[in-house]
Amino acid sequence: MSTLAPSTSDSVSRLDHQPPAVEVSDLRKTFRRRDRKAGRFARKRPWPALADITFTIARGECVAILGQNGSGKSTLVRLLSTLLIADGGEARVFGHDVDREASTIRRLVNRVSVEASFFKKMSASENLSYAARFYGMTPRQTRAAVPEILARVGFPPERRGESMENLSRGMQQKVALARALLTSPVLLLLDEPTTGLDPRSKLEVQEFIRKVRAEHDATILLCTHDMAEAEALADRVGLLDRGNLLFLEPVEDVKRRFDVETLEQAFFAATGREFENEAQDEDDEYREVFA
Amino acid sequence: MSEFALETRNQLVGLFGIVERNVYLTKRYFLWDLAFMVWTIANTLTIVFIARAVPGATPAQVNRYETVFLVGATIWAFLGIIFEFMTETVAWERWEGTIEYTFMAPLSRFVHLFGQGAFAVLYGLIRAAILFFVVAAFIGIDAPDANYAAAFALLALASLSFIGIGIMTSVLPLISPEKGAQLGFVAQGLMLVVSGVYYPVSVMPEWMQWISKFSPATYALRGCRASIIDGTGLQWANVWPLLIIAVLATPIGLAIFRVGERHAKKHGKLKRAG
Repeated sequence: MSTLAPSTSDSVSRLDHQPPAVEVSDLRKTFRRRDRKAGRFARKRPWPALADITFTIARGECVAILGQNGSGKSTLVRLLSTLLIADGGEARVFGHDVDREASTIRRLVNRVSVEASFFKKMSASENLSYAARFYGMTPRQTRAAVPEILARVGFPPERRGESMENLSRGMQQKVALARALLTSPVLLLLDEPTTGLDPRSKLEVQEFIRKVRAEHDATILLCTHDMAEAEALADRVGLLDRGNLLFLEPVEDVKRRFDVETLEQAFFAATGREFENEAQDEDDEYREVFA
Repeated sequence: MSEFALETRNQLVGLFGIVERNVYLTKRYFLWDLAFMVWTIANTLTIVFIARAVPGATPAQVNRYETVFLVGATIWAFLGIIFEFMTETVAWERWEGTIEYTFMAPLSRFVHLFGQGAFAVLYGLIRAAILFFVVAAFIGIDAPDANYAAAFALLALASLSFIGIGIMTSVLPLISPEKGAQLGFVAQGLMLVVSGVYYPVSVMPEWMQWISKFSPATYALRGCRASIIDGTGLQWANVWPLLIIAVLATPIGLAIFRVGERHAKKHGKLKRAG
């Protein structure tokens, strides 16, 4: 057996045969919800969150999925992070089926959601150390890695020991980003990571996402309703509307296809509706499904 | 390192993480725990004092009744902590908002739940010991023959079964976000009722006596009373049923939890705040 490194053509050939980072095929998820207006005892009706969507994300690519609140973005992220089971279709992450090979996928994926989601009485350092243990990081490893990752996201070192409940929303979101990156995921799922942040924190988080792309070999799926953010960060932009993926293309191709100048106009051209923010966030919508 | 060895190492680090997190939280909520400890002591005193109201009882009989009641109340408190920790595994993380991060982590469900149970047992044993000795000192219980080591060992053995049953109840908040945690406490109460928490099993109706054979608390209560009052060592008659229940309860509990977890993921109940 040769001990030489494989030739470039070998490497290219192997890359050609590597499965993409994400392959989604006819993925379907329907919840059942009771119509509030119909009363407490009204029958629950099916509510399609994702309707047979199909797309692929290449390794190292950053793809943004745009959509209004309740369009199915969070459902997609939850399906890819093994937190939901699909009703139909298939989703594969680096060639692994999200349902049958969930434990393999969990080592490859991490996520930042719209809510920071921490143990509020524990400090940033304690929360990060706790999360890192699940990925096999020992106390000795986290003693060095936690301050380092917090410094990278611009978290003040003197506040590392403070309870999360005393930190601002922007600070908490930085810790959430640090938590996701601490485990070196190869697929990073960002579900509205800048929603609710002040303009400065938003820019800092976006800058950090750019740095992660530049420095790590990570694939990023960014779900957002911020069109400017999607345009600034992603290689391709998709539009999810009421569970249907209307397109997934580079921004310039989208604008050319609809003969428009902005993504807002493209949304209007594709759906016939204005892209407006609803008062309710998608997680509220998600919770309501079972109310 | 082989893949198996690496995975085992990672799971053990994860197990340590669960225990470590609970230590952090216990430190942060220390005053809550202290208040709860005072309440448990006061509650136990109200039960143990009943022994002194038994008409015509000699001082030796009163001492015996007090010990019987104290052992029952201590095991009730111990079991309460285990069931609280296990049943709240899901409910607590839902409240904090961390549940999705825990469930998407590469930690096996067995390690996750066993880690929670292991901390509950350690913490419960410490609290049970404090409760027992504080109330015994306050009341002035005389237990010259007590074999505390045997009682402690039996309780530790019974804990394996309690963790298994706790895993079964921890699935309840996954299935019913609103009422699941309360149902866990119902299960704890029913288990102690049939196990003879303050009385011998023989005073119950026959059908309840039959059910008591399947409860690990029956053997824990009987063995601990015998060790503390009469100074007996570990008795095989109490050990073998506990071993069998321990071997069966954890895999059954895990299987039930897996079904519940799949149901929650299918119907989107994992995150719901209730």
